[in-house]
Amino acid sequence: MENDNLLEIRNLFVEFHTDDAVVHAVNGVDLTLKKGETLGLVGETGAGKTTIARTILGILPKPQGEVTGGEVVFEGEDILKLPERGMRKIRGDKIAMIFQDPMTALNPIDRVGDQIAEAISLHNQIGKSDVRLRAMDMLEMVGIPRERYNEFPHQFSGGMKQRVVIAMALACNPQLLLADEPTTALDVTIQAQVLNLMRDLKKKLNTSVILITHDLGVVASICETVAVIYAGEIVEYGTAEQIFDHATHPYTRGLFDSLPSIDDKDVKLKPIKGLMPDPTNLNPGCKFYDRCEYATAACKDTHPEALDIGEGHLVRCLHIDNGEGGAK
Amino acid sequence: MKKKKNRGHSAEVWYRLKKNKLAVVGMIVIIIVILVAVLAPVLAPYSYDKQDLMHTFAKPSAEHLLGTDKFGRDNLSRLIYGARSSLSMGLGATVLSCIFGLTLGAIAGYFGGVVDNIIMRFCDLFSCVPYLLMCVVISAILGPSLMNAIIAMSLAHIPGSARLLRASILSVRDMEYIEAAKAIDSPHAHTILKHVIPNAIAPSIVSITMGIGGCILSGATLSFVGLGAQPPLAEWGCMLSEGRSLMRDHMELVLLPGIAIMITVLAFNLFGDGLRDALDPRLKN
Amino acid sequence: MIPVVFGVILVVMVLLDNTPGDPARQLLGDNAEEWEIEEMHKQMELDKPVLYRYGKFVWNLLHGDLGISYFTKSPVWGNIVLRFPYTLLIVTLSMVLAMLIGIPIGVYAATHQYNWKDNASIFLSLFCVSMPNFWFALILVNIFAQKLRWLPPLGIDTWKSWILPTVSLAIGYAASLARQTRSSMLEQIRQDYVVTARAKGQTERKVIYKHALKNALIPIITIVGSTFGMSLGGAVIAETIFSIPGLGSFTMSALTSRDYPTILGSVFYLATLFSVILLIVDIVYGLVDPRIRSQFIRSKRKQKSSGKSALASADTEA
Repeated sequence: MENDNLLEIRNLFVEFHTDDAVVHAVNGVDLTLKKGETLGLVGETGAGKTTIARTILGILPKPQGEVTGGEVVFEGEDILKLPERGMRKIRGDKIAMIFQDPMTALNPIDRVGDQIAEAISLHNQIGKSDVRLRAMDMLEMVGIPRERYNEFPHQFSGGMKQRVVIAMALACNPQLLLADEPTTALDVTIQAQVLNLMRDLKKKLNTSVILITHDLGVVASICETVAVIYAGEIVEYGTAEQIFDHATHPYTRGLFDSLPSIDDKDVKLKPIKGLMPDPTNLNPGCKFYDRCEYATAACKDTHPEALDIGEGHLVRCLHIDNGEGGAK
Repeated sequence: MKKKKNRGHSAEVWYRLKKNKLAVVGMIVIIIVILVAVLAPVLAPYSYDKQDLMHTFAKPSAEHLLGTDKFGRDNLSRLIYGARSSLSMGLGATVLSCIFGLTLGAIAGYFGGVVDNIIMRFCDLFSCVPYLLMCVVISAILGPSLMNAIIAMSLAHIPGSARLLRASILSVRDMEYIEAAKAIDSPHAHTILKHVIPNAIAPSIVSITMGIGGCILSGATLSFVGLGAQPPLAEWGCMLSEGRSLMRDHMELVLLPGIAIMITVLAFNLFGDGLRDALDPRLKN
Repeated sequence: MIPVVFGVILVVMVLLDNTPGDPARQLLGDNAEEWEIEEMHKQMELDKPVLYRYGKFVWNLLHGDLGISYFTKSPVWGNIVLRFPYTLLIVTLSMVLAMLIGIPIGVYAATHQYNWKDNASIFLSLFCVSMPNFWFALILVNIFAQKLRWLPPLGIDTWKSWILPTVSLAIGYAASLARQTRSSMLEQIRQDYVVTARAKGQTERKVIYKHALKNALIPIITIVGSTFGMSLGGAVIAETIFSIPGLGSFTMSALTSRDYPTILGSVFYLATLFSVILLIVDIVYGLVDPRIRSQFIRSKRKQKSSGKSALASADTEA
């Protein structure tokens, strides 16, 4: 099997231990990412998306978070088995992350330029003035005047802070960028700017991106492949065309159906009935069982495998007929 | 499949509190001390001022479980009665300062504007002098007595409790869920009762609990320097002051009341800490 | 705050008038005749109404005169200047010691949160905070002065005399500082920017000390201010126990003997000092935290160029 896969996640299981119970956050996730590819990881809040990203980077909260199974193979090496020292070399340098809330992601008492410089000097043995120059170059790359190097985060607006975060993440030209809901906290107009910036930069630097979001519009504008995640599992995976034009899994179809359309002015909104299942108490069968219109008795107990319904389009459903998930 | 119980707010707080073993220990000790104080005449074998000059500085024995002091007074009885005096100083000062402080804080916080300003200036009066110094000055001027010490401590404490409640009310009042409640047309009083009060009062409840411990300490300090409870009252601070001159040969006269103070204040602090964690578990970890 | 101090003086004056205790009687003794007492009252101007005396006090104060002590017959200000250095020494030493002990313990507890060491240090700090510090002082005296005879129990003869008073005060403040530092650190450690720092590949050590601790120490600055206030009060007690001739014990004896000028002078001095320290703490806080610093600078800029201000403050937004 050819392997120009940058990242392969195999059968990943992650749990969180609280005082009361065990939260099964990630339940057997498989993902692959090629070099230069942009994967959209779509799901509701609490589905496990952020957990996957943090597991890749090795920054799960200890001691509550624990990887209980699986591998994360990056550039051919299982980085879950790396000691902390090894992971630190990768963090920020080969794999970088941008976070959801730009307002709190930056250290309020450090100058913005210095925070970018920190990322650079951690992974490069170059002199202080060169680090500073590179940091200023990064600022310009994200559209911020280099003179603002010495300013503090509170002097920037939300959109500009997010640009700084992007600059910080891309400072060492990482192979893989994990973007955790990078535009969720921003105004729609700023969202568009930031997404354009990301699109340009990833093309220029040939960065692979995993874009975590709950917003299908964002996915449409920038992602090549899409993975839909529900209750810690990938329930559907494919190219953007496959997912948008031929959504198969009942959950994915529910997501698309629930989007309001400007054309149907009189039609009521179509939400997916019910709520996300309790992650401490998951159904051993299909996890979408209690919210699915097409569920049968078999769905309750049998855990569906991921089936390939054509050209790599994977769906995790027991009842697939003619490209329609849940068919009876 | 385990179902999680759906508890109401105060039941949830109680549940979290019970899980904290140290807080439970604190609570038990507090109850014991209060019972000892209330039942002192019943529990104590002797009166606190009954002298027996034939048996001064007696070693612990069946008649005097903890020995006697320089006037032959039974140490155990004095400790038991001391619970009364010390606890009354702590509770009295806290209750008094709460009545005024919380009222002032509530008025200032809810109405704002000029009223708020006046009340805050008034509070500034009592807080521009450090707390202990204020207590010393006021109780010295009023005259050394247990009651005056209580008054002094309450006055010095009012600004603190007023400001705390005011701050809580200010922060809760503008919070979004109040707006949400108004948006669904919840009437004023209902809003206040259901939303503002439980959340605003939480820091004050914790502060009151810790405050009782603090007032017991300051009360003992005042008595120690002669400004609070006066002999022959068996207040623990008083006992420490009397024991001081005899420390060299009779250290137990200093150790016993000190340990009593420490256990009591520690109990209040443990309970107060546990209460704070239970009321807002986000603060814990 | 400082005008409030004048208000306190008035309150104290009114209280002094309306409570039992007469300085004239104290001075002249029990056998004094009524007319002698009235004469004394005239001399002390105690026959004049309170507002008159208050006004005169303030007037004199503004001219640098704090009055003459009824008892020592010497200027109050002179006494204050003589005695305050001892109080200052105790306060400073105990606070420095408290910070040196308390802050590191608090940081350590916060970074080892699920360890037994954290629980042990929480309990230990609570323990020390619940203990009357004068009792702790007595125990220290008993052990180190009486039994072991290493340190003197009273007075200020040698540098060793300062050890017991300082340590007895410092323990309580150290425990309180440890608790505050711990909770401030814990709050910072949970912040997003700490995760960002880790995601950059920063070592855990630098994440804690360079990022979290620097932020956590900022609110501690205000705590230091209120600790100073506490230690001024604590110094009063410590001076009484250890017979240190500082301003605290001086004020105590003035209160007992109803030496009005001394009482008023000391209270005024200590209250003003406290207010000034709080002010300095606020200023330092403002200088250290860049968010507040720029607010301050921005408002200064607005004052200077009210015409260009709209442009000046708008350019930082994008």
